[in-house]
Amino acid sequence: MTAATSVPPVPGALRSEVARDGETVVFVAKERLLEAMRWLKETPGQEFDYLVDVTAVEFRDRERPLQVVYFLRSLQRKADVRVKVELPASEELAVDSVYSLWRGADWLEREVFDMFGVTFRGHPDLRRILMWETYAEGYPLRKSFPLRGRFSRAEQVRQALNVNPEANYSLEELSIADAAGDLPDDMRERLQRGERGVIPDPPAR
Amino acid sequence: MSKRTVELELATPGVDAEGRPARVPLTVAAEPRLNEEHMLVNIGPQHPATHGVLRLVVELDGETVVRCIPHLGYLHSGFEKLGEYRHYNQIIPLTDRTDYLSPMSNNVGLALAAEKLMGIEITPRCTVLRVIACEMSRIISHMVWLGTTSIDLGAFTPFLWAFQERERIYDLQEMWTGARLTTSLTRVGGLMADIPDPFVEKLREFTRTFPKTLGEIDRVLTRNAVWAGRTQGVGTLSAAEAINHSLSGPMLRASGVAYDVRKDKPYLGYETYDFDVVVGEHGDVFDRYMVRLEECHQSNRILAQALDRLPDGPINVDDPRVILPSKTRAMSDMEAMIFHFKQVMEGVKAPVGEAYVGIENPKGELGNYLVSDGTAKPVRWRIRPPSFINLSALPRMAEGHLLSDLIAINASVDIVMGEVDR
Repeated sequence: MTAATSVPPVPGALRSEVARDGETVVFVAKERLLEAMRWLKETPGQEFDYLVDVTAVEFRDRERPLQVVYFLRSLQRKADVRVKVELPASEELAVDSVYSLWRGADWLEREVFDMFGVTFRGHPDLRRILMWETYAEGYPLRKSFPLRGRFSRAEQVRQALNVNPEANYSLEELSIADAAGDLPDDMRERLQRGERGVIPDPPAR
Repeated sequence: MSKRTVELELATPGVDAEGRPARVPLTVAAEPRLNEEHMLVNIGPQHPATHGVLRLVVELDGETVVRCIPHLGYLHSGFEKLGEYRHYNQIIPLTDRTDYLSPMSNNVGLALAAEKLMGIEITPRCTVLRVIACEMSRIISHMVWLGTTSIDLGAFTPFLWAFQERERIYDLQEMWTGARLTTSLTRVGGLMADIPDPFVEKLREFTRTFPKTLGEIDRVLTRNAVWAGRTQGVGTLSAAEAINHSLSGPMLRASGVAYDVRKDKPYLGYETYDFDVVVGEHGDVFDRYMVRLEECHQSNRILAQALDRLPDGPINVDDPRVILPSKTRAMSDMEAMIFHFKQVMEGVKAPVGEAYVGIENPKGELGNYLVSDGTAKPVRWRIRPPSFINLSALPRMAEGHLLSDLIAINASVDIVMGEVDR
């Protein structure tokens, strides 16, 4: 069983415990996550300069909030700490991105977004990474997502066969190739509504 | 947009006055702008130089990479989701298929995490055998990397030498586990089998003869002018950047950061082995090659030490709730049969809690993060995929280089798409 310990002086720390592998887990208020992470990275004596991993945990018990977990390490001090943010299901699943502190958070946060639907505010390029852009079945690692997917096999095949090859390129890529005008109408509309970025102007001739 | 050209004098010996490989200067030369228009080139997913189903969309200005946008997911299999529906021992076959170039050390990583979660202490013989498994994996993974990278850069011979050595390790794996690739070596609390009789002798012979091949590869590549010209000063990352991008393994060490999980957060008693952490200086493709080549020597040293100290004794912990009884006992002893039944039908229950164990895989730090709610199946199984995270620095490394350098840089990351996409 995990044992509670005294709360370390991290800004916004709510409580802390020791996990079964002996590491300290600090729960941080989600509004103050970025502040806490900057404190952990930059305070002398802490110096957690290395972001090992970012992931999320959803429990089978629906009452328990979803957790976003950050694994930090200080390469100098050879110390680890685990920071958790709890996101109750009743509220918006969103936290601040730590991209401004660690570039390594780029793909890790995109993966959590892709698999759990957690939005990272301030991430410069938050889009799906393992599933494709037009994937419509939801977030695969959520407990409400059935193991074989939401759609029937026939529907999955039908969608795969109907994919527009242009959909394999991102918006920026299409603008490089000057092909944004050739998009299917619904896709262009969706993109122009700002669901993902804005269409950059074509390069000046 | 500045353009880069590589100035390489023809017929350079590739060696400086003191016999060290010469660093070829990479100069930035302003070339006349012929055409403002950028070109979009799609590489992969079906392209041998992307080392699997990786797709790179590259914006080119002439031959210079302006932007590189990787697309992943063509091999996404949902291993982490599948793990939530399986007992801990049933997850082990999935780990074979993540980084399929070093299956044995993936097995070890998962077993260590599950044992940490359950509080199981493995036996001394099992510990040493797992070290052997990890180091064998490191050698075959680095051999594949060396062979494929040298082919990418136009050298065919080292590929054949490297794959011959890999084949010898594969024979040993087959002897031990019955499989060459899908080894499923470990079980929670032990191993699926002890090593067979001629294994120690065969492995000793390998550790004796393997350095000769490494020396040959070293001789044919390290001071080769073409190899040096294609790799030195290409894809450079400073130590601070490598840390900020969360790189691990040879990628991090080539940038001059002496971080090795085996030394700094030891597991399996690695602190008792005598080996060196190989560190590069410039963080370019050449240093990554040197780090991996030297790591093979170090792995060979560890293998020899492990064989010397291999103790006798059981390979599995003496705990009937975790380890299956032998078939004979399960069929003749009532109690053993009940334990057998409970394990197969209900699985091994882990206490409530979570555990993360990072191990030094050939490609970097492989983390296994298990969260349990007290049942026999994890609530969450997270793999920290080293090559996924290393690959995320690819755009940073490639932009500003030539298209042909992109191939070298991508090769130097040492990705395996089974792990990147999981």
